[in-house]
Amino acid sequence: MLIFILALFGFALWSIVPLDRDVFGRDGLMLGLDLKGGSYLVYEADLSEIAPDDRAEVMDGMKGVIERRINALGITEPIIQVQEQEGKHTIAIQLPGVSDVERAKELIGQVGILEFREQNEQGEWIPATGTVDGKELTLTSRYFKENTYVDLDQVGRPLLIFEWDETGRQLSEQITGRMIGKPLGIFLDDEPLRGEDGHPIAPIVRSVISSRGQIEGLSLADAQDLSTTLNYGRLPAQLGHWEEEDGSAVFIPEVPLYERTVDATLGADSVQKSLLAGAIGVALLLAFMISYYRVPGLIACLSLGVYGTLLLSIFKLFGITLTLPGVAAFILSLGMAVDANVLIFERMKEELRAGRTPGAAVEAGFNRAWTAIRDSNITTFIACLVLFWFGGALGAFMVRGFAITLFIGVALSMFTAIVVTRTFLRLILGRRVALRPSAYGVSE
Amino acid sequence: MIDFVGKKRWFFLASAIAVLVGIVCLSVFGLKPGTDFVGGTAITFHFSEPVEQSQLREEMTSLGYGDAMIQNAGGGYFLVHLGEVSSAEANDLAEALGTELGCEATVEDYYLASPRVGADTAWDAVIAVAVAAGAMLVYIAWAFRRMPKPFRWGTCAIIALVHDVFIVVTVFSILGQVAGVEVDAMFITGLLAVVGYSINNTVVIFDRIRENMGKHISSDFAETVNSSIVETLGRSVNTALTTLFVLLALFLFGGVTIHYFVLVLILGVVIGTYSSICISSQILVVWEKRQWGQLFSWLPFAK
Repeated sequence: MLIFILALFGFALWSIVPLDRDVFGRDGLMLGLDLKGGSYLVYEADLSEIAPDDRAEVMDGMKGVIERRINALGITEPIIQVQEQEGKHTIAIQLPGVSDVERAKELIGQVGILEFREQNEQGEWIPATGTVDGKELTLTSRYFKENTYVDLDQVGRPLLIFEWDETGRQLSEQITGRMIGKPLGIFLDDEPLRGEDGHPIAPIVRSVISSRGQIEGLSLADAQDLSTTLNYGRLPAQLGHWEEEDGSAVFIPEVPLYERTVDATLGADSVQKSLLAGAIGVALLLAFMISYYRVPGLIACLSLGVYGTLLLSIFKLFGITLTLPGVAAFILSLGMAVDANVLIFERMKEELRAGRTPGAAVEAGFNRAWTAIRDSNITTFIACLVLFWFGGALGAFMVRGFAITLFIGVALSMFTAIVVTRTFLRLILGRRVALRPSAYGVSE
Repeated sequence: MIDFVGKKRWFFLASAIAVLVGIVCLSVFGLKPGTDFVGGTAITFHFSEPVEQSQLREEMTSLGYGDAMIQNAGGGYFLVHLGEVSSAEANDLAEALGTELGCEATVEDYYLASPRVGADTAWDAVIAVAVAAGAMLVYIAWAFRRMPKPFRWGTCAIIALVHDVFIVVTVFSILGQVAGVEVDAMFITGLLAVVGYSINNTVVIFDRIRENMGKHISSDFAETVNSSIVETLGRSVNTALTTLFVLLALFLFGGVTIHYFVLVLILGVVIGTYSSICISSQILVVWEKRQWGQLFSWLPFAK
């Protein structure tokens, strides 16, 4: 058993060791935006023009568009989630470490459009335009039919096939007609569309394109994503939120349903203060345990060390995002993790006072304290489950961090108290120091 | 042995007074709902130089934000609750405040919730607390299913729980009146954690009562309960202490964002420990021994 604990501890320690290196990166602990700064935005989409059956698909397309745009901003690890609650479709966007929220919001708020461009004399890409019914129009994916799909050519390279509608056909004939031999630039939301090789896709026009066209050079995954985006993401579904006004729903564009932006300095300040508070709290805790329970107290401290290491390791291995309430739950769970030990030690003291030998007292302490530990911790589990549900509400996203941490913490604390503390205690029972009741804080 | 059960009237009296104060405070002051519940914008400003709350209020009023709720969070941080203000407007406001107050002002935390989200969250919060309490009742009735009348045990635990939650809410009602402290989703989170903690303590004592009843240490239920309380007293106090150590450290040295959240937990631990010793087990004694009438026998009109 000891070997198992040491192996587990060693593994946990090994897994969290590069804690300082690249704390904010993929290899470190994942910090929530309240700790590293960043933005959390929740939008609703105006889907009133779209058939109910297509809405979920439309939202998925929008997600693709937004992901692409955010990546263009160079934000690492954005998390974008599409949700449906009571018929309202929302899109939640987490932008960790974003410094210019205004720009990000502007970019997110645009409607997804693929645009075809030509080069002017200076070599700059300018929108390719044509005239239909007397109006000058830009050639964009607005004039695609909604049947874009991905196919493979003879050698297995992916092709994105699209079809123009009537306006698109006229525009395309005019534009490609005058552009033969010249490159046709393809832009997605003002960014050049890049192929599998990383280069912008700008095919040379070889012949007039009238009804159908194809885009070559994309990777299969990109082509499929783009096909989805083109079929659905370009739909004029504006982002904003719904509000009740005089009993009817009114759509307010651009203003998110929910927004939280934390400055990186406040986040860093929170991390620093939490570390200090944690250190002071734990120091007090350890001092109390050792002075009150003596030898078992020392052992409880050791097993608390194992507990803390394992918990951090679980956070890291499962990629659980640590938020400020999560840190509070972690520190709180350290205090509560001692509870199981306290229950056992108090029981041991009682058994010692009743005249048992230390060995018998240890075993009786563990066996009799078990029902109390089990029954009492289940109540905390119930509270955590309810909290987890409550945390699913939009305004309460930080709540889940607390619930998850506390749940894992309490479960783990039962393990360390029953398995780790017990193993350590059995180990020292053979020593002479362990044979005196005073070692347990009981007068002889 | 300390006689806890014998002093139950005093405990009941103390709690009754606390609950009465709570009813008065809540009906007079109510709670100050935060952005999570009513929507609007909550902005945490930081000022590089010391700023007085009255000074800030003056400047906010002259800038056209006279209806703002302002709360000093310490360390140069101020929490301001406004109507719907965009993040760009918030930055402009910070700049204007900085110019007027002659220091550097920054938006550290910007938080916008539409009123609809707020209403949803408030409703969810009510459901969450109710569901948690209901689940606890069922769980305790199940855990003590071998006892005669297990529902009684569950009900006693829930009474203590409601008592704990109510007193914490009362404190925040007073804090809202005195210091403008608002309640938000984290407050509800704290309350639910308190719910878990309060029941946790009660279950440990109930567990010992169950064990002692099995051992037939006394034919008198009151005596059994009292020994159980005394036997578990060391655990109750020590667990509360270890938890309070870390919580106090967080309260005193932790970040401003979770200050009041930690306060909810601290209050919960203290009151939860008190109620598990002095309320839940005591009500169980009164109920089991059918002494309801005697509780009020000291009142002149009860005779």
